[in-house]
Amino acid sequence: MRINKCLVLIIGLIGLMTSMLSGCGESDRYTDDGKLVIQYWEKWTGFEYDAMKAVVDKYNESQDKVFVEMLPVSQLDSKLLLATAGGNPPDVSGLWSYLVKTFSEKGALTPLDKAMAKRGISTDDYIPVLIDLCQHRGFTWGLPATPATIALHWNKKLFRESGLDPNMAPQSLEELDAMSDALTIVRIEREGKDVEVRFTDLTDTEKEAKNFDLVRVGHLPHVPGWFNTMWVYWFDGDLLEGDRKILADSPENLAALAWYRSYTEKLGVKNVQQFAAGFGNFASPQDAFLSGKVAMVIQGVWMHNFIEKYAPSMEWAAAPFPSVNPKKTPFVTIAECDTLVVPKGAKHPEEAFDFIAFVQKQENMELLCMGQKKFSPLKKVSDDFVSSHPNPYIQTFIDGAWSKDAKTVPKSPIWKEYTSEMGVGYEQVLSLRKTPEDAAKSVQERIQRKLDGMVRRWDAVKTERLEQWANDDTF
Amino acid sequence: MNYVDMFFDEVFWKALWNTLKFSMFAIPLGMVVSLLVAVMLNQQIVGRPMFRTIYFLPSLVPIIASSMIWMWLFNGQHGLVNFGLDKIGIDGPNWLNDARWAMPSLILMSLWGVGNQIVIYLAALQDVPRHLYESAELDGANGLQRLLHVTMPMISPVIYFNMVMGIIGSIQVFVQPFIMFPNGGPDRSALFFAVYLYDNAFSFLNMGYACAMAWVMFLIVLGLTLLATQLTKRFVHYAGA
Repeated sequence: MRINKCLVLIIGLIGLMTSMLSGCGESDRYTDDGKLVIQYWEKWTGFEYDAMKAVVDKYNESQDKVFVEMLPVSQLDSKLLLATAGGNPPDVSGLWSYLVKTFSEKGALTPLDKAMAKRGISTDDYIPVLIDLCQHRGFTWGLPATPATIALHWNKKLFRESGLDPNMAPQSLEELDAMSDALTIVRIEREGKDVEVRFTDLTDTEKEAKNFDLVRVGHLPHVPGWFNTMWVYWFDGDLLEGDRKILADSPENLAALAWYRSYTEKLGVKNVQQFAAGFGNFASPQDAFLSGKVAMVIQGVWMHNFIEKYAPSMEWAAAPFPSVNPKKTPFVTIAECDTLVVPKGAKHPEEAFDFIAFVQKQENMELLCMGQKKFSPLKKVSDDFVSSHPNPYIQTFIDGAWSKDAKTVPKSPIWKEYTSEMGVGYEQVLSLRKTPEDAAKSVQERIQRKLDGMVRRWDAVKTERLEQWANDDTF
Repeated sequence: MNYVDMFFDEVFWKALWNTLKFSMFAIPLGMVVSLLVAVMLNQQIVGRPMFRTIYFLPSLVPIIASSMIWMWLFNGQHGLVNFGLDKIGIDGPNWLNDARWAMPSLILMSLWGVGNQIVIYLAALQDVPRHLYESAELDGANGLQRLLHVTMPMISPVIYFNMVMGIIGSIQVFVQPFIMFPNGGPDRSALFFAVYLYDNAFSFLNMGYACAMAWVMFLIVLGLTLLATQLTKRFVHYAGA
């Protein structure tokens, strides 16, 4: 009995010591051939991961000092923040550019400006809107990996069937709405029989009664729904003025909300909800656009990959999504990019940046972007980059990134909360539970209050924080 | 400051109210259904072990997997639930996309996991001394009277246990609404306290606010458990005490 108690005590002590030691930082690791191992957390899986892996392998072969160990990490953003707070972050990490502001302001990233200067990497090397995504409060916190812009994608076959020119995209929002009506097919009971007719062939009484089922829709503004909260950009408006005024209740946003609502007003809330309930996941043949249930959709440069995979026989095209004022803003788009960052407290920042700088070289960046089937964030690209690119509409997306009306998510740490709140507002408007004015007002009040608090906290630490970043001696 | 912000945060109150509303329906419903099933399974019926296994099986399915399945069952267009309702002439609602039906769908779904409660009730039911039933029968008590005056008092500690576990579980419910209702569902009708806490911690990165919410959650669970203990003290009978 006594022996048993001693055994339990010893096992308990060993367990306790092991758990305590696990909290301690790891010592440097080396490969068998003497290379220092640095850790790289990657957010992608699948072919995007493979494309980055090719670059990592190339880097590992290119020199004999460092070995980049690439690890795919799910829900990377929250894990990265926790690992950084715990003092044990990876040496280099991928990060969505919209999180750069939040992470940098929370002190979770290392400013890269000094390291860039040492390596001769200039912000002028990049398409302006994309490098802008990596900067916050005058510092550069990451460097771009693969970028993306968005555009209208349409199903040419459905255009042809509806008597529309399959090679002609709508040129204005009005035209988009009219084309959507022409493409929409409904099932309705006429003289005791179920018949399928075009929405435009319904009588005024039938349109008013909305007693039909949707079979196919030309366009639905809430599909896929990822950019819902930013429709204001196509209405010549913005979401934030400076860094301290929310513009949720601006006339432009009200106009965007009213347009958004016009689709359910026209087609019926229940009909649209019922129809949308039948859509499968985005990355599947049952996706609304890939299955031919929706003829026009706003999507990013990545859509080509999914069309190739899940609907290879689809005839499609891409062009700028029309704005409310096409003469003034002919190509409104949203730019986004993956970034490579060095988390604060990374144990091998020099080696980490050496790898990031390697990715930024034109040939390596093109290897990565071609592998992920996107375009390069660098201004300079090889002559055959566009002609050899698998996406036949890649130039459209590059033009989008260069467009004067290329927008990004607001440069504020409030963005995640703002978009979540605005998402609720858009949903309330779409389901006709709130008017655009009421929905916008509640978003405005709530988010402005939160932003005010955030600004107060920032103002209290601003001088100290900016000084700290300017004097950062990591590099 | 976080507690002051919380007081003026209407989404916090909405999440709290949704969670309490869910608890108010899901706990009694789960307790009654699991007790009824346990009583039935305690009878001498053919294939009893098989039925016990069948009722327990769902609670072994990972919650994420069952949530995905329920999303399809409740699908407004192709769902099996609406298909069944259609067969009996009812035009089923759009369960997951209608603000009025999001919460009822989660309450109905909560019955899926009552297998654990059933097993606990069954163990308690089998522990009730036979001689008490025999005495009651000799005194002329019918089946219902035996249930109310013998079975219920004898298993009252287990009912109390299941109630407390139900309170803790339902205040903390997270996975089902998180999977089935991104952004809290239509009009935030299915935004739960734990989901809002998670959003603040890991989505909005307001870690301090989320920690304050976690304290509030702890106090609510503690308060409700103490309240339940006080209110049920009179009805809980410990045979050995």
